[in-house]
Amino acid sequence: MSYYQQEMECAPCDKMKELKTERLVRTVKHVYENVPYYRKLMDDHGVRPGDIKSLDDLSKLPFLTKDDLRDAYPYGLLAVPLTDAVRIQSTSGTTGKRVVAFYTQADIDLWDECCARAIVAAGGGKDDVVHVSYGYGLFTGGPGLNGGSHKVGSLTLPMSSGNTERQIQFMTDLGSTILCCTPSYASYLAETIIKQGDRDKIKLKAGIFGAEAWSEEMRRDLEKNLGIKAYDIYGLTEITGPGVSFECSEQTGMHVNEDHFIPEIIDPVTGETLPEGSKGELVFTCISKTAFPLIRYRTRDICVLSRKQCSCGRTLIKMSRLMGRTDDMLIIRGVNVFPSQIETVILKCGLTPNYQIIVDRVNHTDTLEVRVEMTSEMFSDAIKNIAYRENELVSAMKDMLGISPKVKLVAPQSITRSEGKAVRVIDNRKI
Amino acid sequence: MIVDQISVFIENRPGTLAEATAILGDAGIDMRALSIADTSDFGVLRVIVNDPKRALELLKKAGFVVSITPVLAVSLADTPGSLAKLLRILSDGSVSVEYAYAFITRKEGNAYVILRVENNDLAHDILAKEGINILLDGSIFGE
Repeated sequence: MSYYQQEMECAPCDKMKELKTERLVRTVKHVYENVPYYRKLMDDHGVRPGDIKSLDDLSKLPFLTKDDLRDAYPYGLLAVPLTDAVRIQSTSGTTGKRVVAFYTQADIDLWDECCARAIVAAGGGKDDVVHVSYGYGLFTGGPGLNGGSHKVGSLTLPMSSGNTERQIQFMTDLGSTILCCTPSYASYLAETIIKQGDRDKIKLKAGIFGAEAWSEEMRRDLEKNLGIKAYDIYGLTEITGPGVSFECSEQTGMHVNEDHFIPEIIDPVTGETLPEGSKGELVFTCISKTAFPLIRYRTRDICVLSRKQCSCGRTLIKMSRLMGRTDDMLIIRGVNVFPSQIETVILKCGLTPNYQIIVDRVNHTDTLEVRVEMTSEMFSDAIKNIAYRENELVSAMKDMLGISPKVKLVAPQSITRSEGKAVRVIDNRKI
Repeated sequence: MIVDQISVFIENRPGTLAEATAILGDAGIDMRALSIADTSDFGVLRVIVNDPKRALELLKKAGFVVSITPVLAVSLADTPGSLAKLLRILSDGSVSVEYAYAFITRKEGNAYVILRVENNDLAHDILAKEGINILLDGSIFGE
């Protein structure tokens, strides 16, 4: 059994508790003293840094939500002088306004270490060729696994996403052993590899797949089609990026790097902290980052935490696969999509707000179809005029969402109007 | 002659075209020419009818997206090469054709072409000058 940071990954329970407490106390004091936004939030909530003495006191602190991040955009939650920050990563927000996260060099290092733990847990080492097909740039996927692979000392292939032919060529020519990408892209790669007859030329042994929900069936398919062991990885830009938690050889959930991120499960309605084993909303508190350490950030992801002993030897708490969301956010091809973003574009393009979003998974790849009702204003006897408007709508959505939807124009009044909440989203994916 | 064409948005769903044409048929509206343009997910039905105003009203009432477009109706000899000649005249006059559809009529030896061009008046003048028989009012319906 191999670990990247055994002393943390396999720390005795009491030692970990002590470390977490110390880091929590220090971080709460840090944000209170350096971030007016937090100070006001805590003052309004009637809690002072001195009230936080143990892990049990965590529940006294107010929650942070994505709305806070938007309100504080861009610098409102930055907890160090801008001169100490060395990196920005970003995620798309609901109204087109992005959420930005800042990192000091130390923050980057610990993030890279989290990803390094994931790579080692997937059997990676110095002899491996880590093929990173997550997007690079503002998206955290590429930079995170890239940094992790450097820490491990593997040979890193910063492929980024797209250009499947080149991906496979590098994979075969350079003998990639560990593939990092979204599970849907891995499926697409597998399919293409098999179709091209390149299955015998690849040397992959493991895959680290995340940024979207996937099923056990998909895991089995990927393992069989690529001849690998497939590992799940979880993270979000607000907390750091991929590597907040990672799967080990047992493949029964993801170990949370709790020496850096304390997870809690809460009742999404009451906000009450729930005991271990309960299903609820996942909340994270960053306790070792300094530039952007979010406190009690509500992820809106639903899952279960478990301290059950793991055969891999790690003592880090485990989180289950994601079981859903508490809001209407969809994750499509690894990209966060809110129906409200689609609505904004539709209205901006002068169409009626009667629309429907159909999400499906065809050949393991997510598809997004937006059905929009035709209007007399948009209609023309000439197809090219309609096609022009249709393309305009598609590119405006692509600009807003980062992924390209298929737009289907339907007859007026054909989208069901419901009495109460409109059925805007039909998600046919079986995950 | 410039006639009013009815254009109807047809969602790509079984029965939509039947529904639209039934509305016209049930109201006793006579269709003289019809064309359907289609893409992978929708179509546009284009018809020349004897009562475009009523057709428009009825289709709208039934929930269809409908528009009226003035198009050129031209009478041609039903002989090889006559359409090519017509199109050559238009192209020489720098008139581009958006779409066209043709049909033969009850009157022997005659064909009609419906032309959608950018500038109806210009096309009309060019054709008239070249002695092309622009349909006289009503003759498309044999009146």
